[in-house]
Amino acid sequence: MSGYKNTGYEVVIGLEVHVELNTATKIFCNCSTEFGAAPNTHVCPVCSGMPGVLPVLNKGVLQRAVAVGLATNCTITQKCKFDRKNYFYPDLPKAFQTSQLYLPICRNGYLEIATAEGAKKVRIHEIHMEEDAGKLNHEAQSGSTLIDFNRCGVPLLEIVSEPDMTCADDVLAYLEKLKSTLEYLNVSDCKMQEGSMRADVNLSVRRVGDAELGTRTETKNMNSFKAIARAIEYEIFRQIELLEDGGQVLQETRRWDDERGVGYAMRSKENAHDYRYFPEPDLAPINISDEWLEEIRGTIPELPDQKQARYVADYKLSDYDAAQLTRYRKLAEIFESAVQLGAAPKEAANLLIGDCLRLLNAEGKEAADLTFEPENLAELLKLVAAGTINKTTAKAVFELIYADNIDPVAYVKENGLEMVSDDGALDAMIDEVIAANPKSVADYQGGKKAALGFLVGQIMKASKGKADAGKVNAKLREKLD
Amino acid sequence: MIQYETAVALRQACIDGQTTAQAQTEAYLAQIAKYDGVYHCYNTLNEKAAEQAAAVDAKLAAGEIAGPLAGVPVAIKDNLATQEMTTTCSSKILEGFISPYDATVVQKLQAAGAIILGKTNMDEFAMGSTTETSYTGATKNPWNAGHVPGGSSGGSAAAVAAGEAPLALGSDTGGSIRQPCAYCGLTGIKPTYGAVSRYGLLAYGSSLDQIGPMAYTVEDCANLLQVIAGYDEKDSTSTQGLSFDFTNALQNDDLRGKKLGLPKNYLGEGLDPEIEQAVRAACEQLAALGAEIVEFEMPMIEYAVPAYYIIACAEASSNLSRYDGIKYGYHPESFADLEDLYLTARSQGFGPEVKRRIMLGTFALSSGYYDAYYQKALKVRALIKQEFDKAFAEYDAIVSPVAPTTAPKLNESLSDPLAMYLSDIYTVSVNLVGIPAVSLPCGFSAAGLPIGMQLLGRNFAEEGLVNLAQAYQMHTDWHAKRPVLKEAE
Amino acid sequence: MEIDRKMVEYVAELSKLRLTEPEKELMQQDLSKVLQYMDILNSLPTDEVEPLTHVSGVENVFREDVAQPSFAREKILQNALAAEEGCFKVPQTVE
Repeated sequence: MSGYKNTGYEVVIGLEVHVELNTATKIFCNCSTEFGAAPNTHVCPVCSGMPGVLPVLNKGVLQRAVAVGLATNCTITQKCKFDRKNYFYPDLPKAFQTSQLYLPICRNGYLEIATAEGAKKVRIHEIHMEEDAGKLNHEAQSGSTLIDFNRCGVPLLEIVSEPDMTCADDVLAYLEKLKSTLEYLNVSDCKMQEGSMRADVNLSVRRVGDAELGTRTETKNMNSFKAIARAIEYEIFRQIELLEDGGQVLQETRRWDDERGVGYAMRSKENAHDYRYFPEPDLAPINISDEWLEEIRGTIPELPDQKQARYVADYKLSDYDAAQLTRYRKLAEIFESAVQLGAAPKEAANLLIGDCLRLLNAEGKEAADLTFEPENLAELLKLVAAGTINKTTAKAVFELIYADNIDPVAYVKENGLEMVSDDGALDAMIDEVIAANPKSVADYQGGKKAALGFLVGQIMKASKGKADAGKVNAKLREKLD
Repeated sequence: MIQYETAVALRQACIDGQTTAQAQTEAYLAQIAKYDGVYHCYNTLNEKAAEQAAAVDAKLAAGEIAGPLAGVPVAIKDNLATQEMTTTCSSKILEGFISPYDATVVQKLQAAGAIILGKTNMDEFAMGSTTETSYTGATKNPWNAGHVPGGSSGGSAAAVAAGEAPLALGSDTGGSIRQPCAYCGLTGIKPTYGAVSRYGLLAYGSSLDQIGPMAYTVEDCANLLQVIAGYDEKDSTSTQGLSFDFTNALQNDDLRGKKLGLPKNYLGEGLDPEIEQAVRAACEQLAALGAEIVEFEMPMIEYAVPAYYIIACAEASSNLSRYDGIKYGYHPESFADLEDLYLTARSQGFGPEVKRRIMLGTFALSSGYYDAYYQKALKVRALIKQEFDKAFAEYDAIVSPVAPTTAPKLNESLSDPLAMYLSDIYTVSVNLVGIPAVSLPCGFSAAGLPIGMQLLGRNFAEEGLVNLAQAYQMHTDWHAKRPVLKEAE
Repeated sequence: MEIDRKMVEYVAELSKLRLTEPEKELMQQDLSKVLQYMDILNSLPTDEVEPLTHVSGVENVFREDVAQPSFAREKILQNALAAEEGCFKVPQTVE
């Protein structure tokens, strides 16, 4: 059999991603978008749907939307409008959401992702601007719901892909690429856990060779990339099993419960979705001149793919290393600054990709949260290049730079961490270790090459990690061979 | 008796030291106390009016304020948001609603020193042509209490006609300033769309609504318009760099060189012959002042009413969705769940005409019908605009009747909604294309009811229209007539 | 165009209006009559015509991204059906 994991079925996935833009104010009024305020304290008559109010578009929203479109290879709809999407729900005070249906700001773009089968383009159908709704807090005991309008009117970009993805890996690669790109553009902090990036997964399956698409479901409510991957796996197999059992996939909206590892259908209402879209009469049409478009294009920095290619060419990094470094804008910035200040590129890359990312992951943080100065990293690596400290020490000192932004030169001096490479001192330590470990010596001389590593380790321990590992290795061999 | 004086005269009396703003305000309040029981022009009165007038008197004495509205009482339609009085749109669903902010025009009135007397009655949510759909009861026409004052700004019109205010603000979406002015013998202006900020005007048809002045004379209207017009950064549809200067327009009655168009097909069948006669006589008067009157055809008028109602109702169906019993207004006493809350609040809160228009609008936007109705209406709107653009390439202004009849009797209009919609035939095109129009009195029917005429201009031609109307009013005295009022029993 | 009873009920549902049976009857008649009259628009050829949505010709109206103080919470809640913990309170929503 072929198809997805040999099930005989193909999977077709499209994503609708909502991204909160990082403007200071809401899309149609001057209320602050700052997260975490007490309920209904960032609210005015406009965003709370009072009678008689009118919207005024935040220029920063439009600029960011165009930048995102350009960075994702879209055609910009220079003459566009907003539309009203009408429905009743308590988190929507006007009972319509101002969005764009007929003339979305961007169309027909794509993102390139790396897959096991090579590079692949995921096409973007359209990107449009819209406003977020309020937050509902359900109080099960009193049987009521509390409404907070702080989030109402926060600007969103909705990015709709074509159904070009075929598995969870594709989806994650796409989301990573999208997040990277948006971070580079500095338009959103894209934190799924905080809700500034949300993804709805549209998924269907079909037998390999079928031309028609299967019925698709929409799954919402996933809080992390990992949860999305789990939800996708679950839904793929749920649909396949259903079809194999002779059932039909229902077109429905589903939620994912990551704790219990299950998805379930939401109770949908009949007549749910006749939104009666029509052009918003209260907002003036938008007409982006060619000049303004070029101006915005000029503000777009070097994007991840371009940077990756440049790192490979200029610094001779591997594709993988370059990809890792450029995934996070902050990491790339630190790398470039450090290299400019004299750090060796390969060594800098190793510390950043290996140690720095590991430390971030352990703390559940992101590269954007890094606060240390690239200068300190550069100085650290210069110490290594000059032979002042060894790599073991460098790693340990780096952890302190990461945590407290210490000055490595001063720290090494104050703590006497300089590498020991004096022959006399080394010989003394080596002789002691040889004497203390006769078995290992015998093992090595008997053919076990690995025993040398153990002896080196013992000497490193004795020197509190400061011995010149290369010299130790050479001397041991000299003495024992 | 001040109650039939123009705002200009009131202001002059204060300047001359003959009286004070406070005394004038109290006189109007007394008039309201005496007659509003009969005519029901007001929903709410400003309890602080006299006190606010006294404060303006102090400012006047100190030379801190001047201008044609300083100390002058004004009535405003109850769809303009005010923090100090309720704003109800004459609807049960907004019962008791206190707006957290003031409409921009209200702020402008206050800055100019005007004294707001109260909120006037209207058709519910501005949907109607007679002020009979009001939840608070019908307003009576001061010229004949057995007749309607027109709508939807009927309360504002009746207030001025009955001497219960010298000036009023109304709103006009399909004729709601101009038609009540015609029915009540007043002058009114629907400004160019975008000339006056809509921030704080509770929306009916967002692409059609404008706030405008209603008064005895075009001079009073022009002064009021000058105060309320202008760019507002809170209204994305308002026009930048706009400022009116009516000084020359109000002083010049030489109409030589002006070419006015009279659409032949607007007259004749369907129009009350007395009205046609009055409009033609008005044209002769304008010709006597030097204008050239040319008859021509504007065939698109046949399509204006359906296009208007589809667009207005579609926009209204969306604008009125925010009235849900949760955030403000009428709250049902009991409801089983959220769905029940929505249904109960809206079904008990809205009157039948509002429900009808919401249904019509929702239908026109619904899936499967959007192209045939809403889109179609927008295209017809474009064609109507083309026809007006062509006309204004030829003519400085267009002369037209305001309504096919004089004010109907009470309780005769609501049973046939379609007939009521058709009576808007002369007014709706103006809103569809956004142009300005002045409505002014030009005669009386044999039965003693006022007859009005309209002057239509191209966008931002208010100065030219005011000039034409002023020239006419300098040589006629229809606008000086006042009704004999009925006292409460 | 004729409107049938089902359409009346569908549109009422979309508009969140509860109509009694007699109201539905009357609404069906009124709407049918009005819509029938509106079909006059079909006699105008409009295939080549662009819909006119905004009459003032104004374009590109923006505001700068600068925060202003929001309204006091009490003002926003002052007309509410019910409020609790600084929020509007409604019967529990069905997800």
